[in-house]
Amino acid sequence: MSDISLRDVRKVYSGAEAPTIPGLSLEIVSGELCVLVGPSGCGKSTLLRMVAGLEEVSDGEIAIAGRRVNDLEPAERDISMVFQNYALYPHMTVFNNMAYGLKNRGMPKDEIRRRVDEAAVMLGLDGFLARRPRELSGGQRQRVAMGRAIVREPAAFLFDEPLSNLDAKLRVKTRVEIRDLQQRLRTTSIYVTHDQQEAMTLADKLVVMNAGQIEQIGTPIEVYERPASLFVAGFIGSPPMNLLPPSAVPSLAPASAPEHALIGIRPESMVPADDGPIALDVRVVERLGATSTIHGRLPGLESDVIASVPSTVPADPGRTMRFSSPGDGVHLFDGRTGRRLG
Amino acid sequence: MVERRPLLTFTQHAVLIVGAAIFVFPIYLAFVASTHTGTEVNRGLPLLPGDQMQENYAIVLGEGLSTAGAPPIGLMLMNSTIMALAITLGKLAISLLSSFAIVYFKFPFRVLAFWTIFITLMLPVEVRILPTYEVVAQLGMLNSYAGLSIPLIASATATFLFRQFFMTVPDELTEAARIDGAGPMKFFRDILVPLSRTNIAALFVILFIYGWNQYLWPLLVTTDESYYTVVMGIQRLANSGDQLPQWNLIMATAILALLPPVIVIIVMQRLFVRGLVEVEK
Ligand SMILES: Nc1ncnc2c1ncn2[C@@H]1O[C@H](COP(=O)(O)OP(=O)(O)O)[C@@H](O)[C@H]1O
Ligand SMILES: [Mg+2]
Repeated sequence: MSDISLRDVRKVYSGAEAPTIPGLSLEIVSGELCVLVGPSGCGKSTLLRMVAGLEEVSDGEIAIAGRRVNDLEPAERDISMVFQNYALYPHMTVFNNMAYGLKNRGMPKDEIRRRVDEAAVMLGLDGFLARRPRELSGGQRQRVAMGRAIVREPAAFLFDEPLSNLDAKLRVKTRVEIRDLQQRLRTTSIYVTHDQQEAMTLADKLVVMNAGQIEQIGTPIEVYERPASLFVAGFIGSPPMNLLPPSAVPSLAPASAPEHALIGIRPESMVPADDGPIALDVRVVERLGATSTIHGRLPGLESDVIASVPSTVPADPGRTMRFSSPGDGVHLFDGRTGRRLG
Repeated sequence: MVERRPLLTFTQHAVLIVGAAIFVFPIYLAFVASTHTGTEVNRGLPLLPGDQMQENYAIVLGEGLSTAGAPPIGLMLMNSTIMALAITLGKLAISLLSSFAIVYFKFPFRVLAFWTIFITLMLPVEVRILPTYEVVAQLGMLNSYAGLSIPLIASATATFLFRQFFMTVPDELTEAARIDGAGPMKFFRDILVPLSRTNIAALFVILFIYGWNQYLWPLLVTTDESYYTVVMGIQRLANSGDQLPQWNLIMATAILALLPPVIVIIVMQRLFVRGLVEVEK
């Protein structure tokens, strides 16, 4: 068992007026890949670094595998971490980069060699063990950083935006590799990212954070299908959910909806229908290949409403198109508290 | 882009060659003088090497110039080497450790400590020579290697340079090392010092030459011939009382005194040129 649990964890940086993390609890089950996602500056790295032991915990308790770790050095916590810029030792070979932590633990030489070789094969680095980091491509460096984490066979992996220094194509490829690796090793992992797509595709458990607090915890599908707040609705999903006042689409608003409610409809839930209740004046059509994204206006509304439709649907700027939305595609939020209604 | 402009290339080379010649000429003259007999040199300096090279260098290296009150040059060269190496290694060790402390540890009066070190930059040996002499004399370190080198070891320049370098080392590297179980001294030894290799090599050259060229300080603290350094030895040879200075031998000594710094530069240059080429991004 190597679950991670955070109980009422608080973080106030010295000199800061407001706490960066005002108090947060989270349980991560053994073997699970938990993704922390949220906008830049919401405290994801702070939280991860507290779990790693690189940042003091101001208050509360962090336990890894049932053991309180608040006062342990990072090396004693049985974790390994992959940094955004990889933090490889520039003067050491790939082999030594991976072996350094094991050597410091006094592991026998042949065991070190066995583990490093095994990780190198797993990551396709076996031809590169004698090279220095600067002689590797970005993707290879990223894998060395992964290898350094793996050879430790820790209770938990901590990833801090490990893909953000890669180009878009490599990012998608490496994302799949990380998922595959984690599923094979079944090591409890916390993965921090600001990219909602990365978060959706990787997570067993998705934790959406905003301003140091948890907005919602759930599987990616749960979060996508039932966003708990306006923030989550706007953050998860691309393009973001349309949020409309009930007056703009009276026929979609439940009779019970309060005046300050907001109706949320995902662009993917906008279905073209000749007699649909939403009439858009089409302004721009973006053709993406399989789908087209239609930006249009509702009479009396300032911002665009977006619809994603199959590219076979005829759509031209200047026309008026009508859409409907199936009942489960309509979300209702309280416009004042930002919470989901019903 | 390499531009092909013959006139420019020609001018560049001409300037470089003239510049190099101006620098090399005095050394060439010294070498020429060291290959003639004393009388030839005193009559007027020849421009071409003579045939007395072996004899002159044999005298300088072997018997020394007892008439001029100087020990054989071998001993002086060794003294200079010991002094220069002690100063260099001492300065490097102290400045590496002190900048490590200043950059990586929080302790009371840390900023004050740094600025105190920094201010000593304004107090080179010559400025504080009398009080320093007094201290060294009181400690009974006159006529000793310790007296020659220790007072010159305290160094702000190197501390300052290493501090600047350490501050450019990414925090993540420190953190990765912490997670890898490296304590502070292990981090220092395994990561910080190897990363500073280029800086160390460059400083080694500068500090070695600084130590080698010390003149005033050895002159003050040594009265015993067996601690004379070669730089002050040259001066003693030139002040040979009522005799004519033996310029051929003095120049041979000067040429020999040039060699160790040159060797240090050549050896270290390889190291730091490689370092410069290798640096990450
Ligand atoms: N060492 C620090 N000292 C003071 N404030 C910090 C420090 N590190 C981060 N912060 C602040 O904490 C907040 C959260 O930062 P961070 O955890 O890095 O966010 P994220 O990783 O989600 O982008 C930011 O407002 C940042 O300015
Ligand atoms: Mg971050």
